[in-house]
Amino acid sequence: MSTPTIGGILVEGVHKSFGDNHVLRGIDVKVHEHEVVCLIGASGSGKSTLLRCINLLEPVDAGKIIVSGEDVTAPRVNVDRVRRGIGIVFQAFNLFPHMTVLRNITLAPTEALGIDKKEAEERADSLLERFGLIDKRDEYPDRLSGGQQQRVAIVRALAMRPNIMLLDEVTSALDPELVAEVLQVIRELAAEGMTMVIATHEMGFARDIASRVCFLDAGVVAEAGPPERIFTDPQEPRTRRFLQRIIDAGRL
Amino acid sequence: MTEGIGAGELPAVGPPAAPPPAARGSRMLGNRGVLVSTASTLVVLGLIGLAIAASPGADIVRERFFSWDHLKESFLGTETSPSVVSAFMLNIRIFMTAEVIILALALLIAIVRSIPGPVFFPFRAMAVAYTDLFRGIPLILVLYMIGFGVPGLGLKYFSSMEDVTYGIIALVLVYSAYVAEVYRAGIDSVHESQVAAARSLGLSRWKSLRFVVLPQAIRRVIPPLLNDFIGLQKDTALVSVLGSIEAARAAQIYGAENFNYASYVIAAGLFVLMTIPLARFTDHLIARDRRRREAGFVR
Repeated sequence: MSTPTIGGILVEGVHKSFGDNHVLRGIDVKVHEHEVVCLIGASGSGKSTLLRCINLLEPVDAGKIIVSGEDVTAPRVNVDRVRRGIGIVFQAFNLFPHMTVLRNITLAPTEALGIDKKEAEERADSLLERFGLIDKRDEYPDRLSGGQQQRVAIVRALAMRPNIMLLDEVTSALDPELVAEVLQVIRELAAEGMTMVIATHEMGFARDIASRVCFLDAGVVAEAGPPERIFTDPQEPRTRRFLQRIIDAGRL
Repeated sequence: MTEGIGAGELPAVGPPAAPPPAARGSRMLGNRGVLVSTASTLVVLGLIGLAIAASPGADIVRERFFSWDHLKESFLGTETSPSVVSAFMLNIRIFMTAEVIILALALLIAIVRSIPGPVFFPFRAMAVAYTDLFRGIPLILVLYMIGFGVPGLGLKYFSSMEDVTYGIIALVLVYSAYVAEVYRAGIDSVHESQVAAARSLGLSRWKSLRFVVLPQAIRRVIPPLLNDFIGLQKDTALVSVLGSIEAARAAQIYGAENFNYASYVIAAGLFVLMTIPLARFTDHLIARDRRRREAGFVR
């Protein structure tokens, strides 16, 4: 397998089990810089686990992951430093409920990067402004709608100025009418050339935004390719069956 | 939810204004309900009062426990016996000192217990052993062991402290074990996704704990913590077994000198007076917490 360009991600033969549950079974994924790779597949196919492994929230059992040219699965790697360069956004937002929106965003820049408070707040304000959230800066997360909370979570990750963003089914917990505002933010990031790996059930969105789509099945990439090929002319029977189910459910 | 509502309009949202308390009370019970409950309370209290008054020793009990002169004398103190109120100041001192140390020590124990990783196993084990041991031994035995054992060791500074200091140490040892468990329950109640979010932002384990987990955990355990402190306030009386003259001991001295137990009533009253504000404060915090949850925000 060729080395990805600097700034990309290379996942090679990664295995991960939780007890008897062998979730990732030797998965290979390559993400070039500025590429948007969408991970699709049924629940339990390993999409979230893969993202959590790339972010080192889960240690891998075997295989290796190279992020921006560095083997992050090597022993004695500084996980905090690696994570500062990778933003992750979760399905359930995971905002800190005891902090205002502003503090949610400035916490890591001030405490993990050591940026002074004033500069961190300016940075947060300009991001909030850009994503139409500036009037929420002093609110607590529970006062926001799901879509607003998820946009704040994206801003919180962006405030660390990561090279890579990992999005873990970020619209799955949202009411349908709130999905669009979050997808719009992701489109803007893609347009700017942010390197992203997106686990999603939104097939239409994946087709629009992805440079490449990886179909995960039983802990491996069953098929990967440009979206127009995966969605219109899948080669693998497993991919066809999965997409058929999606179409039957009226989701594509 | 609150889409499009500016900060200036906030007071407009939230739960509907609560009805005035009187109206709420009568709505809950109904006017007839209030009458019935008042009547029933009077009847029950009256029956209990009658039963006590009709008991053969009622006059003696009244004289021994509620004699006005003795109540006053034990409250103020006499030449031969200390004032229960002044002695009670020692209880307050013990409580205040012990409480501050317990809050800090127990938090440390709870944190040590939650540090993962094989390197920290001995510390975790020590924290577990500590809580098991000091929750298991009755307070009075710890008091005896510390109060009589440590001076017996003949150590330079540790063996020549005031009695009350040994008492405070014993209270701290026992209550820190309880309070550490309360903290730990709070720490465990913060969902691991909060830690994942903090760590994913590149915050260290310690900073995640400090900024994300502990503030949420401590907020949740304040009511049970205050409950433990009500227990602590009362248990300051046990320090008297080491010879300190605190309120309960002062009351005992008065009783022995005068063959009258009004002093106990005074001491009991003082303890109640001290715990009631804390109990109401706990209720207040619980109610506030519930209101906030219902209003849909946490501060």
